[in-house]
Order: sequence, then C-alpha cells, then structure tokens
Amino acid sequence: MSEKILMKGAEAFAEAAIKAGCRLFFGYPITPQNEAPGYMAKRMPEVGGVFLQAESEVAAINMLYGAASTGSRVITSSSSPGISLMQEGLSYIAGAQLPVVVVNVMRAGPGLGGIGPSQGDYFQATKGGGHGDYRVITFAPSSLQEQIDLIFDAFELAEKYRNPVIILSDGLLGQIMEAVEFKREINPKDIPSKEWAATGRKNREKVLINSFNLDPDGLEKDNSVLRKKYEEIKKNEVRVENFLTDDASIIIVAYGTVARICKTAVQMMREEGFKVGLFRPITLWPFPEKELSNLSKREDIRFFYDFELSFGQMLEDVRLSVADRKPVYFYGRTGGNVPSPTEIIDKIKEMITEETNA
Amino acid sequence: MPEGKRQLFKVTPLLTNISRGFCPGCTHGIIHRLLCEVIEELNLFEKTVIIIPVGCSTLSVDYFEFDTIQAAHGRAPAVATGVKRARPDLFVCTYQGDGDLASIGTAEIVHAANRGESISVIFVNNGIYGMTGGQMAPTTLIGWKTETSPYGRDPKREGYPIRMCEMLSQLNGPAYIARAAVNNPKNVLATKRAIKKAFTAQLKGLGFSMVEILSTCPTNWGMNAVSALKRIDNEVINYYPLGEYKVAEGL
Repeated sequence: MSEKILMKGAEAFAEAAIKAGCRLFFGYPITPQNEAPGYMAKRMPEVGGVFLQAESEVAAINMLYGAASTGSRVITSSSSPGISLMQEGLSYIAGAQLPVVVVNVMRAGPGLGGIGPSQGDYFQATKGGGHGDYRVITFAPSSLQEQIDLIFDAFELAEKYRNPVIILSDGLLGQIMEAVEFKREINPKDIPSKEWAATGRKNREKVLINSFNLDPDGLEKDNSVLRKKYEEIKKNEVRVENFLTDDASIIIVAYGTVARICKTAVQMMREEGFKVGLFRPITLWPFPEKELSNLSKREDIRFFYDFELSFGQMLEDVRLSVADRKPVYFYGRTGGNVPSPTEIIDKIKEMITEETNA
Repeated sequence: MPEGKRQLFKVTPLLTNISRGFCPGCTHGIIHRLLCEVIEELNLFEKTVIIIPVGCSTLSVDYFEFDTIQAAHGRAPAVATGVKRARPDLFVCTYQGDGDLASIGTAEIVHAANRGESISVIFVNNGIYGMTGGQMAPTTLIGWKTETSPYGRDPKREGYPIRMCEMLSQLNGPAYIARAAVNNPKNVLATKRAIKKAFTAQLKGLGFSMVEILSTCPTNWGMNAVSALKRIDNEVINYYPLGEYKVAEGL
C-alpha cells in the first residue's frame, strides 16, 4: 500500500477520498478539476460506490446534503464559479450541522475569469461564503501528498464536528503530477454509524435534519451551539508549518501553491546568507492567529511579507495577527499567473533595500 | 370499542400531536393525513425519510413522526437523490409547493424525473406563494390577481401557467405521474389512491413518481374555505385536468 505512484493532482485526491472510505461523489464538470469526476466515474463502480453527474453545482451540493443526512461520507469537487453556486447549500449544511468535504480547485476570477491557478476564493472559504453566520474548516495543501493526506483528515474533522470542510486547492495542485503515497485505507464498514442521521425511525426518537427556527430565542440557542463548536475548532485544529523561522529576520507568509514556491525562494536566499523563513498556514480557518501573533512579538524580526495569488485576502488575517508590531508587505499575482522564486526574491530584496535606506 | 359500535375513522398515529400553523381552510392538512395513511398502510414508517423544502410546506418539519430533512427552496429532489443514492433501502419522498417545484426548483425536478430517480414527489399546487404573502406563482392562472400581479396575470407580461404533469410525463424517467385534487370527498379518495400508486412505483423500483395535488389557499385567494374549494372545480381543474399522465408497466 505504501508504494509511491505518479498521479495527477485531481485524480490523486479523488483516490484519497475512496481510500478514506467515501463511496459517494456528486459533481458537475468544470475546469481545472475535471479529472476528479472523470476518475470517480470510473472508480466508484469498481468499489461499489456512487458517482453521479448532477445537473448543476446547485444540485450537486444538495445531493451532498441529502447523502450526509444519512451519515454517509460524501465528497464533491469543483472550481471557483461552481463553488460560488454551492454557497447556498453550504450555508444549509453548516446550519444543519452535516459533515461534507468539498474540494475547491481554485481558478482565476472574478466572473468566468480564466482556468489558471488562483487564490481568489480565500474570503469565500474562510469567512462563511454563503448567508448567515457560520464557518467552514478550510485546509490549504501545498503538495499533492499533503492534499491527499488532508482528505483523510477532512473527513475525520467533518464528522467529529459535524461541519463542512473545504480543501482549498488550486489549478496548479489540481493539474500537476507528483509521486504520492496512500498511507491508509479505510473500509467504509468500519466507519461508525451516526446516531443523529436520518435513516428511518426504528426504535428511537424522530430525527430532524434542520436549520429552520422561526423563534428568535430558539434560533439564537441553535446558533450558540454553532458558535461554541467554532470556538472548539479554533482551540484544537489550527495547523501551521514554520519553515526556518527560528532564526529568521524576515518572514514570508504564504499558503498553498505560493507557499511551495516561497519555500524554494527561502532556500535560495538562505544560500546567499539572508535569514528568511516561511510561515505557512495549513488551516486557513481556523487561521493560526496566535502562532503568527507570537511570532510577530520577536524582537529580531524586521518585517513580514505576504505573497498570494490575489489582491490580498489572507493579508487581512495576517495584518490582524501581526497588528502594528511589525510592517506587513504584500505582493500578489492574479489572472492565473504564478510568481517565480526569483520574482519573490526580488520583491524581498527590494524591500530590504528600501528599509535600509529609510 | 363499545358493543354494537363500529369504528369508522381513526386518526393516523404518524401525524404529530401538536397544533398546526396552517391557515383556516387550507388543504395541506388533508394531504398530510393522506400521506401518513398511505405510509401506515404500506408499512413504511420505519424506513421513510421525507424532504421538506421552503414555503408553507416548511411548517411540516414538526408535523410527521417519521425522519424529516428540511431542505433549501426548490432543492428537495436533489436532496432526496442524495438520500436515496446513499441509502437505496430507504423510502424517500419530497413534499413541495408550486413555487418551490415549478419555479425555483425547476432544474432539480426535471432532472430527478429524467434520471428516473427512485423517489416520490408530493406536489401541492395552490397557484400562489402562500408563506410569503400571496405573490404570483408559475402556476397562477391567467387573470388571477396576486400581490405581484395586481392587474391580473397577463400572459403577454408574465407568461402562462406551467403544467408540470404534462411536461414531466414527456420524459422517459418517470414511472408514475398523476394530478389529483382535494376539494371534495371523491377527489380526496382519488388523491389517496394516486399517492399509494406513486409510493408503490418507488417500492417496485420502477422509477420516479409524482402526484400533483390541486390545493387551496383561502387566505391569499381572498376567499372563504368553501368558495376556495369551489374555485378548484370552477376554474382550476379546467386548466389543470385531473388524471394519470404516466403509468409504468407493472404498476
């Protein structure tokens, strides 16, 4: 089982879902993630699972809602415009406290945009996305191996907290090929059944899967259950990678594909003698606020530099955590463009010069 | 039972014993009773999951004793698809109004029907949006005045009332499509027979089934209960003829 195989990103996370014991996939075609439904269409029947091409992303997310209501593991994959269409459903899923896993292979927007990689859906994923007051656990992998490992964790956290989980991938992580290893395989029969699931009322109380409550006090009480849960998640589930930050005087903050490029930049700059490190959030919600805030208190750090494939979305969380303790600079590419390591190095060096001159 | 007496009527135990939020004269209650009686008679209680989307129907989340899933406006057929595909052993039905099914949820109902999804749909058509206060529905008849068609529905402006049974029966997926009404005892009994047939279609694995039920909304029609029931006979049935539109072989 633990042999390395060369796989394309979208196919690898699809296989990871099957290895995680998921036997239900509902989705709708959209580039750049079409390899995922294509793979599932072939693989699900082989393992006795269900692949269904929905009539739209709106329908697909509601099929997830129904399947999750029975306590079954279920996943969908889509890309930015399709994920926008799923926001209504995600709000209902969050409100009804159902476990689902959604992979967003982000592409450039807004509107129809393009099919190149982007990180323009950070706000949508981490701040709620749909209507109402809710949160979605958001994982940001930066390699195919991490992406498939996080699929397993996504199902487990979704079930542990009865909450949707988004894997915030992008066009690059969906399309590249890398050697990956499936470390685990879960038999669906070993996944415990859920006492809250709607599976027919047999010798128990009625189950109602619901987000509806016309009584303001009742709804506030329902909401406080969610709020308490979100606090628990914030306390327990924050994940971050600190790469060479211990002695660094300059900290890059980046996630996903960009973090991967920044890692190369850090290594190249280290060879030149610059003390640069990378702070890489793996959970975007909950954001590693405390970890970044603590880091910003270190005397020897001169500044933070945030790199993204957007105009600066994570930047708001970075600034909230760093506060006024240190300068936070930003550089972003959009439209499906990805910065090269030297582009990143140039930006940092420019800032070093500017700061030194000042 | 006292000697010499015969029980003629018993309330189905599948309806919860709490007060209802429906307006006086509304026919949702009759349909609920029929639905529960059929589930009881077919012995489906322990495997029933009902999907309740948005509209006056939403109030029903508390009215049935069996497992219930509340869904977004129009999306019940997609939710039901998810339930049924995950658990084919369950009996899955949706309970949808005309704004829900014939307007915002058109894509979901057409494609669930076209896939021959093994679910049963109770489609309550009263030609108006009840919960939101009497707006025009896709099913509102020509000339009817509503909050959003105050001059009367004009097909040049608002298009024509949509006939879902006729439309869906053109597809290959459905096993049973029928239209019934609950405006008099005879029609109520026919409605029950249609529901039973629709549920049987699912139990036999024949495909998608739907019963459209012509219903009243005295409050938003601006009528008393009796005149509303008469309106079904005088106006509604003329445009929406009763009967079976599709019956699969073996049903």
